[in-house]
Amino acid sequence: MKIRRDGWVVAAGLLALSTAALAAPPSAAMLSNACAGCHGTLGASAGPSMPSLAGQSKVSIVESMTDFKSGARPSSIMGRLAKGYSDAEVDAMGDFFSKQKPVMHVQSLDQAKVARGQAVHEKSCARCHVEDGKEPKDNSPIVASQWLRYLQIQMDDYASGKRKMFENKAEKMKPLSKDDLDAAAHFYSSVK
Amino acid sequence: MTLDRRNFIKLLGSVSGLAMAGCASPGGLAGPTGGRRVVVVGGGYGGTIAAKYIRMLDSSIEVVLIERNDHYVSCPFSNLYIGGILKDLTPLTIRYDKLVSNHGIKFMQAEVTGVDAAKKVVMTSGGDVSYDRMVVSPGIDFRFEELQGYDPATTPEIMPHAWKAGPQSTLLRNQLDGMKDGGTVVLSIPLGPFRCPPGPYERASLIAHYLKQHKPKSKIIVLDANPDIVSKGPLFKKGWKKHYDGMIDYRGAKKVTVVDTKNMSVQVEGIEPVHGDVINVIPPQRAADLAVHAGLVGPDKKWCPVDATTFESTLRKGIHVIGDASIAGAMPKSGYSANSEAKVCAINLVAMMNGKEVTELSGINTCYSFITNKEAVSVAAVYKVAAGNIVSVPNSGGVSPDLSELEAVYAESWLRNILTEMST
Repeated sequence: MKIRRDGWVVAAGLLALSTAALAAPPSAAMLSNACAGCHGTLGASAGPSMPSLAGQSKVSIVESMTDFKSGARPSSIMGRLAKGYSDAEVDAMGDFFSKQKPVMHVQSLDQAKVARGQAVHEKSCARCHVEDGKEPKDNSPIVASQWLRYLQIQMDDYASGKRKMFENKAEKMKPLSKDDLDAAAHFYSSVK
Repeated sequence: MTLDRRNFIKLLGSVSGLAMAGCASPGGLAGPTGGRRVVVVGGGYGGTIAAKYIRMLDSSIEVVLIERNDHYVSCPFSNLYIGGILKDLTPLTIRYDKLVSNHGIKFMQAEVTGVDAAKKVVMTSGGDVSYDRMVVSPGIDFRFEELQGYDPATTPEIMPHAWKAGPQSTLLRNQLDGMKDGGTVVLSIPLGPFRCPPGPYERASLIAHYLKQHKPKSKIIVLDANPDIVSKGPLFKKGWKKHYDGMIDYRGAKKVTVVDTKNMSVQVEGIEPVHGDVINVIPPQRAADLAVHAGLVGPDKKWCPVDATTFESTLRKGIHVIGDASIAGAMPKSGYSANSEAKVCAINLVAMMNGKEVTELSGINTCYSFITNKEAVSVAAVYKVAAGNIVSVPNSGGVSPDLSELEAVYAESWLRNILTEMST
């Protein structure tokens, strides 16, 4: 560092610059912690309409955020928030939440609906939502043990056409009644 | 090194943990057993989260959470209680036992009476506590002196502010309960910035909701010192027209400067008297007394300037200020902002204590307001740092397109999650 007549001013300027330069770009934890006010600490949601992200597949989180951002997936607040993140940041958040320990939610569920939902699952959903929804497959998210209210809102969005589906999914889902969809949501919520 | 008190205690601590007990000043906490201690003051939306995340990030750091009460009542959702939608404040009340035991936080119920930033000691009603770094999330207090005729001791008992949830909320609700049908409620809103920008307008909505149900001949006059509604304006106006047409008399640019409890009136700019049967005066605000006494308040004499990355005070090294009391650029004085700021502060405070590189802020605010018991609106934003200032990320965030029942469903989950995060 050169010392000039106004040496301390230069030094102060350099210090200020170097302080700013020393801050690393937001880490995965920095980005993801901000979500936890709604989605729970480390993505373990306290429910009922906010989904847990802890242990969710990275592919599914990244796809959701990308679709929220583009508007392909309907939302109340998530579209507005997703637009605030770059693809790399979304990737880092997907990575962060996928590595957290999944949580089992305690929910009181209508067992008749759970039983009906199991039949719906086996007939129409099991090919993609494998292992009773406990395992992700391709871009299918883990739905087992997710909060019921969240799953019901998604079912409503599919049924109303607000949330678009891939052809395969639409083919399986369109014939299902509202009660079938609600029963399937109950079944997945029940899986431990 | 010079063997001052702190180093002496540190040395003792490193020699024998047992020796510490004998060293502790009466009632206080002399030195941390593990060598490093952070004191967090304030058990609200900011302080609980800072304490928790510091412990989650580095369990070798001792965290002492100092709070004057044994519980905390959330301001968010307290308007639903005032409007008669929530039966009591129980759903808004958290206690600290689980938070403290889950994360190994030391909880101290005490009043802070002084801070010596040079010696790094905080004085409390429970004794002195030394610290390596301190986080304060003290919330707000009021600039009562700007309201002529306002006695800080007696006026709030007659004209409640209800801007700190608890007994004040109950008082306002009881006054509404006791008012005759055909009465007038006056709500006065100070110039911004104040805690919870949309809060006064949500309150007007939910008081109107109560009046419509129980006292339909009544009305509410809103005297706003700001030229217009400061947050979610078009949505509130739409909601008022839809649900409370003719009931809410909103008047912008009407700054209340005088209160008169004897005649139950306020005066706009000292000349225009407005009478009410129930008068809810929300006084102008500043950082809480604690921040003022600790020398954390900046030249505006209202709020605390902080570094946008670490939330360390620019006036007192070693003290970080988060929540409503801080000047956090574009981040509003909201509960979710405080939650988000606490996490940014925790990550960077731990990095500083461990000699590691700090990380740029990434923050969020989400905020819901109820228009009726069933319909709500929301605002959301993502924040980053640009040229040393906290700014909203361009082309993101914004308000909900409309009022809806689904927003209210999410609002309820918002409360459940954020209070769970603070209390477990």
